[in-house]
Amino acid sequence: MRIGKIAPALVLALAAAATTACGGGTSSSAPKELVYWASNQGTSLDNDKAVLQPELDKFEKASGIKVKLEVVPWTDLLNRILAATTSGKGPDVLNIGNTWSASLQATGAFLPFDDAALEKVGGKSRFLGPSLAATGASGQPPVGVPLYGQAYGLYYNKKLFAEAGITKPPATWEELVEDGKKLTKPDKGQWGLSLQAGQVTENSHHAAILGAQQGAQFFTAEGKPQLASDPSVAAVQQFVDLMQKDKIVNPANAEYADTAKSLKDLSDGKAAMFMNQASAGSFKNIGMDMANLGVAPIPLPATAPPNGRKVTSFVAGINMSVFKNTKNPDAALDFVKFMVSAPEQALLNKTYGSLPTVQDAYSDAAFQTEDVKVFQNVLANSAEPMPQVPQESQFETLIGTAMKGMFADVAAGKPVDGAKIRDQLNQADQQIAAGS
Amino acid sequence: MPTALDDAPAVKAAGAPKPRRARRNRRRVALPYLLLLPAILLELLVHLIPMVAGLVMSFFKLTQFSIRDFSSAPAAGLDNYKFVLDFDSAAGKSLLGSFWISIVYTVLSVGFCWLFGTSAAVLMQKNFRGRGLLRTLFLVPYALPMYAAVITWSFMFQKDTGLVNDLLGTDSFWLIGDNSFWSLVVVSVWRNWPFAFLIVMAGLQNIPGELYEAAAIDGAGWWRQFQTITQPMLRPVNQVLLLVLFLWTFNDFNTPYVLFGASAPKEASLISIHIYQSSFVTWNFGLGSAMSVLLLLFLLIVSTVYLGLTSRRRNAVV
Repeated sequence: MRIGKIAPALVLALAAAATTACGGGTSSSAPKELVYWASNQGTSLDNDKAVLQPELDKFEKASGIKVKLEVVPWTDLLNRILAATTSGKGPDVLNIGNTWSASLQATGAFLPFDDAALEKVGGKSRFLGPSLAATGASGQPPVGVPLYGQAYGLYYNKKLFAEAGITKPPATWEELVEDGKKLTKPDKGQWGLSLQAGQVTENSHHAAILGAQQGAQFFTAEGKPQLASDPSVAAVQQFVDLMQKDKIVNPANAEYADTAKSLKDLSDGKAAMFMNQASAGSFKNIGMDMANLGVAPIPLPATAPPNGRKVTSFVAGINMSVFKNTKNPDAALDFVKFMVSAPEQALLNKTYGSLPTVQDAYSDAAFQTEDVKVFQNVLANSAEPMPQVPQESQFETLIGTAMKGMFADVAAGKPVDGAKIRDQLNQADQQIAAGS
Repeated sequence: MPTALDDAPAVKAAGAPKPRRARRNRRRVALPYLLLLPAILLELLVHLIPMVAGLVMSFFKLTQFSIRDFSSAPAAGLDNYKFVLDFDSAAGKSLLGSFWISIVYTVLSVGFCWLFGTSAAVLMQKNFRGRGLLRTLFLVPYALPMYAAVITWSFMFQKDTGLVNDLLGTDSFWLIGDNSFWSLVVVSVWRNWPFAFLIVMAGLQNIPGELYEAAAIDGAGWWRQFQTITQPMLRPVNQVLLLVLFLWTFNDFNTPYVLFGASAPKEASLISIHIYQSSFVTWNFGLGSAMSVLLLLFLLIVSTVYLGLTSRRRNAVV
């Protein structure tokens, strides 16, 4: 696709919107049929289909409502949602990354989950508070309900820790750096920490977590971006310094654009630590000896900076939304209710290695293990949502891209200091403001 | 004396073929237009209408707040243009940076494509054993599915596991930092030079062999023949080839997108990727449209000037 085709693609979508705006509606025409776009949670799209289809069949048997499933890869999901928003032609029910909630809420394309709608899917009180807080801007009805819960933790390789004489995971950021140095042996191809430094979204997540620890607020109460504030600059510097100053990250990680490489590094003993969302299932899939895998919360600084918050993760996860143009809102809500029911929550989250978003699913034995409890505790006590502002997706993209560039500079031996970081974040502020 | 009535059949008989011929002539004139009609309609639908719509969008503040009902997008006047053309601002600076990167990338890529394509075509002008095989081999990059080919390059450019570092005995980054620009140029040249080869090869078929024979009898060597026969005879072909390569390369989106993903390194941030980021990643479609319109204007100006200059030169020669 050449650039000439980008504008036409959008415009064709807009033209489609013009011709369908009057009629509205979704792609499902039959009254008892829903179209569902699921996000890729399993090891592959086919794996997702294999996991979800039996559940959809179960739902059809109980309700008489057929659900046509399409699993959309993450690389396409946001663009597909934007196209559906523009054209009015989309699914009835869909999964969205919970960090997009406020941005998608601003489009007005999704059914607001007011109290009545929440009641129809089982009631507000069933959901975990932090997960429900990540469903849209505060003061407005949520744009969906949480489906899969996630939180960040620090995975570590127990074998490498033992070899280095380290008996417990780091409890403070300073300890993390100290342990990382002990564990870094470049001549043996072993590094203290693995980062997905070439991954825009991951970088933005870490900026948000460390930013909260440093006391950063990326947006003012009025929604004005302030990414270039002192605490934000300090947070980005702290993260980049893991490679630049502390030298506990392999510079080659600047090219790491997906999770698989970091998972493998930890599994193969090439890295001793890795900050990631709950991913025990993935470690198992790549053949890691699970006895060597430990997990702890991402540590906080020993001395909290002024206004620093005790945040070790953002409230990660997937929400389930209903497209406003659906011709079957009641059937759509029935389906959402089914998916957030305790048995489905237990089954699906167990399969995907994520966390249930409703209280009553935690009684399942699968969620009583030590590592799950670490994430559960993080989600309940030290996680805060990403900024719930309409410009959130721009925030993630711009700060994450800037950090990717900074890691590339560090890897190439170019220094990244506070002034350079501030300059980059100022540029991001200007770009966000231009689209506000 | 014959009456008018008597004349009538004669007139009718003499005049009868005229309307039929006129109708046939009209049909003959209309036929090409009729045959072109589907293409014109499709062209309107696929290119011209979106271009006009893009132009209109560039005067609106079209963001996520108005994308669902774009008639609700607030008018922006020339604000989007002012914003991207303010070269003191971060957005303006970065657009300008992408513009220069695209210029250098285009010059290098088109230059090398033309050089390699012409050299290979000229060297293979004469028949020799294995010529067919070599021709086929040279066309492979052009025949390969674009995504598969560029993804393969991205694997080869990996620092720790890539073939390029293995072959060169280096330990460099190729997909980030300064080298990323050169990686992009290499992949672009690799992909597009067979097209130049193909076109020049077709152009060479039209040069009469007698010209070379006469020149050889006159004692002209290979280089002299190339300068005085091949180059002038290829001029019309080169004129189109260079313009097409320029437009393709300057607008190239696929190569950087597949090689680096949606966020290309700043050293290799071509203007196409920049516009994509402004539109689809930061959801500012009005701004992205303004950038697209500016790009369109630039390409129109360059193409018009180029065609004007080359046509004048050709007319002067004739």
